[in-house]
Amino acid sequence: MVSNIKTAGFSPAGADEMAARATRTRRVLKFCRRELLGTFGLLLVLLIAITGIFAELLAPYSPTANDFGAMMEAPSAAHPLGTDQFGRDLLSRIIFGARTAMIVGLTSALLGGVAGLVLGVGSAYFGGMADLITQRVCDVVMAFPLIIMALAVVAIFGTGVQNVIIAITIPLIPRCARVVRASALSIRELPYVDAARALGYSHTRIILLHMVPNVMAPFLIMVTAFVGQAVLAEASLSYLGLGVQEPVPAWGLMLQGGTEEYATTAPWIAIFPGVAIVLAVLGISLFGDALRDTLDPKLRKQ
Amino acid sequence: MLSYVIKRVLLVIPTLLGAAALVFVLMRLIPGDVCVVRLGSSGGTFDPKAIALCHAELGMDRPVLIQFLDFVWGCMRLDFGTSMWSGRPVTTEILARLPISLEIAILATLVAIVIAIPLGAISAVMQNTWIDHVVRIFAVGGIATPSFWLGIMSILFVLNFTSAVFGKPWMPPIEYVPIWEDPIHNLSMAMLPAITVGYRYAAVSMRMTRSAMLEVMQEDYIRTARAKGLIRKLIINRHALKNALLPVVTLIGIEFAFLIGGLVVTEQVFNLNGVGRLFVQAVQNQDYTLTQGLVMLTVIIFVVCNLIVDLLYAWLDPRIRYS
Repeated sequence: MVSNIKTAGFSPAGADEMAARATRTRRVLKFCRRELLGTFGLLLVLLIAITGIFAELLAPYSPTANDFGAMMEAPSAAHPLGTDQFGRDLLSRIIFGARTAMIVGLTSALLGGVAGLVLGVGSAYFGGMADLITQRVCDVVMAFPLIIMALAVVAIFGTGVQNVIIAITIPLIPRCARVVRASALSIRELPYVDAARALGYSHTRIILLHMVPNVMAPFLIMVTAFVGQAVLAEASLSYLGLGVQEPVPAWGLMLQGGTEEYATTAPWIAIFPGVAIVLAVLGISLFGDALRDTLDPKLRKQ
Repeated sequence: MLSYVIKRVLLVIPTLLGAAALVFVLMRLIPGDVCVVRLGSSGGTFDPKAIALCHAELGMDRPVLIQFLDFVWGCMRLDFGTSMWSGRPVTTEILARLPISLEIAILATLVAIVIAIPLGAISAVMQNTWIDHVVRIFAVGGIATPSFWLGIMSILFVLNFTSAVFGKPWMPPIEYVPIWEDPIHNLSMAMLPAITVGYRYAAVSMRMTRSAMLEVMQEDYIRTARAKGLIRKLIINRHALKNALLPVVTLIGIEFAFLIGGLVVTEQVFNLNGVGRLFVQAVQNQDYTLTQGLVMLTVIIFVVCNLIVDLLYAWLDPRIRYS
C-alpha cells in the first residue's frame, strides 16, 4: 500500500490509476445513495454468496448428518430452524444449499451469457448469411420455454449438478445473443470500427477490443437477470426430482415430497427453504433493476 | 394488411421446421440405445433379435432423413407416435390431460389481467407515491417467489385455516370434473393453482403496464389533451391506457405459452393430472416418444400464440403493418 502511494505520487500513470479508482469509488457510492433498494439487493446477494463460500464454518451441523433422535423437530436452540424428516438440521442444509444455488446460478448465467455475447457480437459484426442463420437458430431455441428446454436436456443427459448447469445454460444463450446483437449492430456502424478495419486489425481484435466493451451494459444487465432465472430454474428442477440429487443439499430438493403430510405437523420443513429461494431471487432482481436503471435508462421499459 | 398476414404466417414454417429438427436431434443424442433402455427397464435380457424388433417398431432401421421427414409429417398431423411407456398414442395421452391444464392456464391469465392492468396503471399514474411503492414491491415479490413454493404455502394455509376454523382439514379435490358438470368442485380444484401461477404472470404484466403507461404519459398528445383542459380520468382511460396496453397485449400472449412451463411445477404441487405432470412423468420414465411429442406441442402452442399476438398487434397498431 505504501509503495503504491509513493509511485502514485511520482508517476503520471499511477496518478491516473488513483484518480480512476477514486472515480470508481465515487460511482459506487452514488449508486448506493440513489438506488437504495438495489443496494439492499446487492447486500442480500453478498450475504448469500458469503454464506455459500463459508458454509463449513457457518453451519452448526453437517448437512447430511442424520440425528434419528431428533426427527421433524420444531425450531429450538439446538436446531434454530428445526430438523427434517430424516433428522437433518434445516439451517445447515439451507446454508449449504446457498452454495449449490450460487454454483448453479452463477455458472449457468456466466456460461450462457458469455456464449450469447460471442454469438451476438459475432453475428452482428459479420452480418450477412452468418447473422441470418444465427438469428434463425436463436428464434428456434427461444421457441422452447426455459423450463421445458431444461427438462428436455435433463431427459437426455440425466440429473445431477453438472447436467442441471448444462440444461439451464442452453436456453439462456439465445436470449443473451438477441439483446447483445441488437446493441452490437448499432456499434458496428460507428466510424471507429471502420477505422480499425482500415488499419488492418484482425476480426478477433476488433470484436474483443472495440465491440465487446461497448455492449457491456446490456450484457451485464442480462447476466444479472440470468442468475435469478437460473436459481429459480434449478430450484424447480430439483423440486421435481429432476435436478440436483440427494445427498447434495439444494433448496428445491428440500421442498420435495410430502408437503401435505408435513403441512400440519412440521410446517418449517416447507417454509424455510422457500424463504431462502425468495430472498436470493429477490436480492438479484432488486440489484438487477437498479443496475439496469443506472447503466441504461433506455432499457428501462423491457 | 393481407400481405403482412401472409408474410407473418409463412415465417412460422421455418421456426417450426427448425424446432422439429432440434427436437429430432436432441432425442437422438441420448447416450446409448433407446431400445436397450426400454428393454432393460422391463427386466428382459438383451436379445439382439428383440432389439432389432424394437428398432423396426420405432422405425429406427430406416435412413435418418426418412425418419426425420416421417417425424415432421407426423407433427403436421399432430401424430407423435405411441408412448413407449403406456403403449397408447401420444396424442391420446395428451388430450386426456389437456382440459385441466388449459383451464388453469386460462384462469391464471384472467387472474393476471384482472390484477395487472389496473394495478400497473394506478402505479404509473401515482408514480413515486406509497401506492406505487406497494405495487412495485408486490410485483417484485411475484417475480422472486417460485410458483411451486407459493403453491405449497397456499396448501399449508388452507389446511391449517380449515382445521382451525372447521376443526377438520380440507384439501382441494384432485380429480378433474368439467366445469359444466360441477362448477363448485371444478373451481375449488382449479382456483389455488390458477392463483399461484397467475401471481407471477400478474407481476410481470404489472411491471410492463406500469412502464408502458409511464412512457405514454410523457407523449405530446397527452400534454395536448391536458392543455385543452380534458378531465384527468378521460385522459388516463381513453388516451393513455389504450395506447399503453399494446405492449401488454404482446406480453400476455407470449407469457400464455410460458404458462406451460409454470404448470409443469404447479401441477406437481397440487397433484393434478395435467399435461405438465405428464411431462415430468415422461422424463422420469425415460419415455422419449412422449417427451418428444410434449416438447413439440409446447413449441407449436408457443409459435401459434406468437403469431396471434403479432397479427393482433398489427391490427391494433397500423404503424406495424405499414413499416
